[in-house]
Amino acid sequence: MLKLDNISKTFNPGTVNEKVALKNLSLDLADGDFATIVGSNGAGKSTMFNAIAGTFIVDEGNIYLDGEDITFKKEYVRSQDIGHLFQDPLKGTAPHMTIEENMALAYLRASHSTGKLFSRISAKDKAKFREQLSLLGMGLEDRMKQPVGLLSGGQRQALTLLMATFVTPKLLLLDEHTAALDPATAEKVLELTKSIVKERGITCLMVTHNMHQALEVGNRTLMMNAGNIVFDTSGEERAHLTVADLLDRFKIKAGEDLDNDRVLLS
Amino acid sequence: MSSIFTASIFMSALELGCIYALVALALFISFTILNIADLTTDGCFTLGCAVGAMVSLAGHPFLALIAAMVSGVCAGFVTAFLQTRLGVESILAGIIVNTGLYTINIAVMGFSSIANLFGCDTVFSLGKDTIGASFIGDWYKVVIVIAILLVIALLLWWFLGTTLGMSIRATGDNADMVKSSSINPTLTITVGLCIANSLTGLSGALIAQYQKSADINIGTGMVTIALASLIIGQTLIGNKGSIPRRILGTILGSILYRFIVAIALRLSVPAEALKLVSAIIVAVAIATPYVKRKLSLKKREFANYRGSARKEGV
Repeated sequence: MLKLDNISKTFNPGTVNEKVALKNLSLDLADGDFATIVGSNGAGKSTMFNAIAGTFIVDEGNIYLDGEDITFKKEYVRSQDIGHLFQDPLKGTAPHMTIEENMALAYLRASHSTGKLFSRISAKDKAKFREQLSLLGMGLEDRMKQPVGLLSGGQRQALTLLMATFVTPKLLLLDEHTAALDPATAEKVLELTKSIVKERGITCLMVTHNMHQALEVGNRTLMMNAGNIVFDTSGEERAHLTVADLLDRFKIKAGEDLDNDRVLLS
Repeated sequence: MSSIFTASIFMSALELGCIYALVALALFISFTILNIADLTTDGCFTLGCAVGAMVSLAGHPFLALIAAMVSGVCAGFVTAFLQTRLGVESILAGIIVNTGLYTINIAVMGFSSIANLFGCDTVFSLGKDTIGASFIGDWYKVVIVIAILLVIALLLWWFLGTTLGMSIRATGDNADMVKSSSINPTLTITVGLCIANSLTGLSGALIAQYQKSADINIGTGMVTIALASLIIGQTLIGNKGSIPRRILGTILGSILYRFIVAIALRLSVPAEALKLVSAIIVAVAIATPYVKRKLSLKKREFANYRGSARKEGV
């Protein structure tokens, strides 16, 4: 489904601030894979996501999605097939627009080809939005006329998740999307993520700082260090791994301890 | 002392308020919705004025309004092109286009700085002969400008609720979200600025026909005046709320601004002082919420200081 072929990215090349963020990184993700990603601060996890989403164009290498070369495609074009959630719950929604208006924009990804630029939100659309919102179990379906800015961080993130998957994307990128939420809400959003991804069979990449989660969620675990994937496990091997094993592996592969002030071992 | 307002002053303030409300609506789109300070406004207003005057002189008063809108679209497009395709800062893009428009405006008026419309047909002179002859009488100008404003306001309200309109609103609200919703921000900024400047152009053409003249400096300070109207409207109605409410607020702000000007003129404030007055209105209106916050903080700080002083028995 997703194929990263030797991609590299250096920020501020030729200056004192030069930072090699991705170095000859390759990854092959099968259709329906749900991979979790762990790694130190500055390992290049978010940079890899931004490279896939098209926030910047990679310096070297190619990116393929569903067999199509998307290396030089613009971000807004890629977003038709790629859903991207960030740690910051404020990033994915327009605060001064109502819930239904936000959903209508997300729904654009489906109706793009039919050229519905001048259509307004119809009663049919509203019914569909209401039905989707009720799946969240947060009572948002009765607040569709309220601006999104009034929602809590957890509600906004849940809404963003719904919007990103409203039209089933080929690939879903989750960049620590539960890290800024309180534990109970984080749990809820994660459960929601798991059920949506499983139900629709969406190919998914998820960055997490929770080592336990990294092994529990999904079917594959990737470990990143210094702009590359240093450890990749799935199947039988992954099933028998413990958090301690994971940390050990990191030490062997990276030659240092997993240096991360936010790593959660529980 | 007789009343400050005579019917004719009331009427002309209402007429001017409705015409200039179009510029305020243009800024509502670019400044409030798209979050872009579009400084094309001054030059674009003069452009609309010049184009409107010349086409009217050629004998097409209605076509003049449309031509002025089209010219506004072109000006907006150039500004948008500079900032979305050529990487020019949005404020700088507006200033560049504004400067360039000076030459274009002079050229449009046949390399003269003034164009006279006396004796040629305008929508107002045509209106006087038709609806002015009926029971409406002297109010025909008010009826014409309100009708035009109403059509524009309704169209704008409808448009901002369409998918494209919502995309434009989202572009100013959360640019990150727009990109990840497969909306092309280049498109939304371009369309937004084109629409905004078409309204500015229309307003210019109406002013040219209303005053029966166009001159090269008519647009100077227009952006500040429109901003003053916009802010007065926001203070009246509140910055939040639904789109129709905010459109209405902007229009009311513009009309109120003209009433303030009319009162000032009645009180013998010289006409030259009006630009200074509008500059002060804008500065005060924008600064007020900030100063209010600071003041309340100072108050708490002072109360806290006094409270602790009392405890210590000083």
